[in-house]
Amino acid sequence: MKAISIQNISKSYKDTKALDCVSLEVGRGQLFGLIGPDGAGKSTLFRILTTLLLADEGEAFVDGLHIEKDYREIRKRVGYMPGRFSLYQDLSVEENLSFFATIFGTTIDENYDLIKDIYVQIEPFKKRLAGKLSGGMKQKLALSCALIHKPSVLFLDEPTTGVDAVSRKEFWDMLKSLKEKNIAILVSTPYMDEATLCDKIALIQEGKILKIDEPEAMMAQFERPLFAVKTNSTYQLLNHLRLQSFTHSVLPFGECLHLVTTETLSPESIQEQLRLQGFIDVVVSKIRAGIEDVFLDLSHKAGNHA
Amino acid sequence: MRNTQVIQVEGLTKKFGDFVAVDHISFEVEKGEIFGFLGANGAGKTTAMRMLTGLSKPSSGKGKVAGFDVLKESERIKERIGYMSQKFSLYEDLTVKENIRFYGGIYGLSKNQIRTKTSQILEELQLSEVGAKPVRSLPLGWKQRLAFAVSMVHEPEIVFLDEPTGGVDPNVRRQFWEAIYQASELGRTIFVTTHYMDEAEYCDRISIMVSGMIKALDSPDNLKKQF
Repeated sequence: MKAISIQNISKSYKDTKALDCVSLEVGRGQLFGLIGPDGAGKSTLFRILTTLLLADEGEAFVDGLHIEKDYREIRKRVGYMPGRFSLYQDLSVEENLSFFATIFGTTIDENYDLIKDIYVQIEPFKKRLAGKLSGGMKQKLALSCALIHKPSVLFLDEPTTGVDAVSRKEFWDMLKSLKEKNIAILVSTPYMDEATLCDKIALIQEGKILKIDEPEAMMAQFERPLFAVKTNSTYQLLNHLRLQSFTHSVLPFGECLHLVTTETLSPESIQEQLRLQGFIDVVVSKIRAGIEDVFLDLSHKAGNHA
Repeated sequence: MRNTQVIQVEGLTKKFGDFVAVDHISFEVEKGEIFGFLGANGAGKTTAMRMLTGLSKPSSGKGKVAGFDVLKESERIKERIGYMSQKFSLYEDLTVKENIRFYGGIYGLSKNQIRTKTSQILEELQLSEVGAKPVRSLPLGWKQRLAFAVSMVHEPEIVFLDEPTGGVDPNVRRQFWEAIYQASELGRTIFVTTHYMDEAEYCDRISIMVSGMIKALDSPDNLKKQF
């Protein structure tokens, strides 16, 4: 039995199709990433799976239970950390945690082992009001509260959005250790660089799943030749490359341009040609695709008009 | 001092009581440069930017922005710079055209200038068809490029972008950076604050601010080599 099984779920808000025939499966003890920008439908899917919102069409099972028929039982078995900080700001750290333990009919002591690694980091501040915590500490408290009743499936909706780089890394380390305790985790993020930290990912855009696979496999399957092109005249080169017959797509990527070609070319030959055309400082190297390259390519195929 | 430098500051400092928010920062930004101003929340970025945009008077130090003195000529600075932030830029319930007219009016453009500017912006951004629609109805990427165009309605020498790309849609982000590259190509200086490291890599040079001080300043490539 899968931890989560989703079959053709659709959901619309008036004229907006938030989810369009979404299907995916998350295995036991799997860390599954839902990767997509704002407005892709990630939060809607979380609300449906946590039984807070009804889907228009399709079916889904969480921990083997039907999301409509068995909603009461599902609520006991899942942990949910919504995108917006949802703890009681005017309760202390400890009061929040014991509140969540109590409503799930358990105690902090009973499941302390599960949250220990995370909670010890904020325990010195247990008398502090939750509203007065820093971003990274709020995130740790929210995760502790979502775990205190020992859920079998954990839903984390953009837990690292707006959190600093160091706390983000710590958070992902914590998720890895939870996974080892056989808790299935569905986590969403808009940060493409976090995709490789998951066992499996689904790329989602405008309510549609673009692709589901292991991140490594997804990057390895990138079909066309990809090059990093570097110059000081970035904008001129960008426009120049768009006119070349070998160009499939070219986009700014930090300090470089990422060039996807329609044919197999050597980086040296591209470099030489561009230098002859006046870009004397240009450096071209062949690179491996990252998740962001994959996303841009698939979203281009899907006809993105963002 | 060379006149190709559109921002020059030396020992710029801002104190709030005993607290030193910005502590003797010095740097120059060249005309047409894309300058990234990096730092965590609370590092003093916003305070520094408020001094550069004439909104806050420095406690000490000196500086020139767009040729005007940050201590004595802050009102002139405001006329020569553009500003766009993630939180506030366009009026959502005004139409695309009304937003352009509003900002044109604020910056003292004549009716004729506003008319010319409006058709220019609509054409360049290919927004002619939605000119009469409220900004609220536009996709995020269009809104962002419109906000950027509107911030340059008075042809400023420098545009300050305050945490401009909050959403991290890879497509939207690239469209926006292409618009920034284009403006810089035309000789406009772009000053961007951000706390996203990967965002900073799009800049020509970046400075990194920590507790009110500039701890590093170089091209992204050189900074990476140092670590």
